[in-house]
Amino acid sequence: MPRKVVITGLGATTPIGGDVPTMWANSLKGVSGARTIEADWVQKYELPVTFAAQITVPASEVLTRVEAKRMDPSTQFAVVASREAWRDSGIEDVDKDRLAVAFATGIGGVWTLLDAWDTLREKGPRRVLPMTVPMLMPNGPAAAVSLDLGARAGAHTPVSACASGTEALHQGLELIRSGKADVVVCGGAEAAIHPMPIAAFASMHALSRRNDEPELASRPYDTGRDGFVMGEGAGAIVLEAEEHALARGARIYAELAGTSVTADAYHITAPDPGGLGATRALKAALFDARAQPEDVVHINAHATSTPVGDKPEYTALKAALGNHLDEVAVSATKSQTGHLLGASGAVEAVMTVLALYERKAPLTINLDNQDPEIPLDVVTAPRDLPSGDIVALSNSFGFGGHNAVIVLRSV
Amino acid sequence: MASNEEILAGLAEIVNEETGLAPESVEMDKSFTDDLDIDSISMMTIVVNAEEKFGVRIPDEEVKNLKTVGDAVTFISGAQA
Repeated sequence: MPRKVVITGLGATTPIGGDVPTMWANSLKGVSGARTIEADWVQKYELPVTFAAQITVPASEVLTRVEAKRMDPSTQFAVVASREAWRDSGIEDVDKDRLAVAFATGIGGVWTLLDAWDTLREKGPRRVLPMTVPMLMPNGPAAAVSLDLGARAGAHTPVSACASGTEALHQGLELIRSGKADVVVCGGAEAAIHPMPIAAFASMHALSRRNDEPELASRPYDTGRDGFVMGEGAGAIVLEAEEHALARGARIYAELAGTSVTADAYHITAPDPGGLGATRALKAALFDARAQPEDVVHINAHATSTPVGDKPEYTALKAALGNHLDEVAVSATKSQTGHLLGASGAVEAVMTVLALYERKAPLTINLDNQDPEIPLDVVTAPRDLPSGDIVALSNSFGFGGHNAVIVLRSV
Repeated sequence: MASNEEILAGLAEIVNEETGLAPESVEMDKSFTDDLDIDSISMMTIVVNAEEKFGVRIPDEEVKNLKTVGDAVTFISGAQA
């Protein structure tokens, strides 16, 4: 049997709360984090999408001025979330040579990159600051978390678009199972609410254009869904070898029982319409967890609210879980948080862990007319999860055909 | 033309902005590396910001000669003259 891996710490900064307790309380109430963007660049560049789901607590309220100045916003979010997760874990003494980081991002330091390009064009190369490269590099969040905690067993950066955050947990599990680390701080961070990515995602018609009603725009599974809502923030999770956690008497939230990552090899952006890659990922993750489809009681779905994306996920879930899917409580929390891209899997993993720990499923909002082709049992009103040994899944899929699934088991 | 006191105050502000060090700790005889613990990346940021603030050019080959805050004040003052 491989080493058992458990979850002992949670952190987050999101559009529905700047820490885990706030986010979790809001997710059970059902709130929208989407708002009109109050920045002059929206009008200046005549962006076709004028809203997004921005974080509620600025990183500058948590970090010192000098810390924040040397970090791209994506790295700021990663450090804020990982500090909360680390505190939450209660770890006081750990061999730093056995402590690793797996912190993902989908896009990396896009604000820094484009600010530096503006500076170059407006003021010349001399004014491009020397911190530009370490701030824009996509491994910036992982490196900053490693520096912050003194983690020396490697700092990894899975990059698989919107599957990145979930893939970080996959990587963390592998690091502990293979014996390369005892504790891994995993997560994902994204800070891409910048005019260029908005223009680019809008140009591929991936974003909702419900500019007059931002709070109603993210509506997974609804017949009126017209695209995702850009979100930002970070989620962080402390993974720990079970024996390590037990030895220090840690509070254990759940077991990370299995993971899987597959690739569609079908199209650079479109999901395989038959959901084949996602099905393989689901089945492999359940197998990895030694779990049966019948064990699953809750799924935090990828469900971005795009017309083309939500359906293949349903097809894959049906193929992997069969008729048991009818008995599974499905939450589409991007309806509340928007889509945090490379951070989404990490934030949703935090919610799924809490769902098992507290035996409550987070809400899906804005589901007024459920798409008849997606007959899932969607959680739209407060719902308790059953007692006993239960299993939950969280899915993430990314441009490039990336599919990542984690399987969590109650403790 | 800024006086040496004004240049020192301006530099202290830049150093504070970059490192968080209290402006009053930035004194003429302090070494950037040994006393103020400023690394090379921060030093280059300070140099570039000082160039903009004081309207001077500090060539890269000159930066290694700026061991103390006083060296920088003297160089900037001379470059402004």
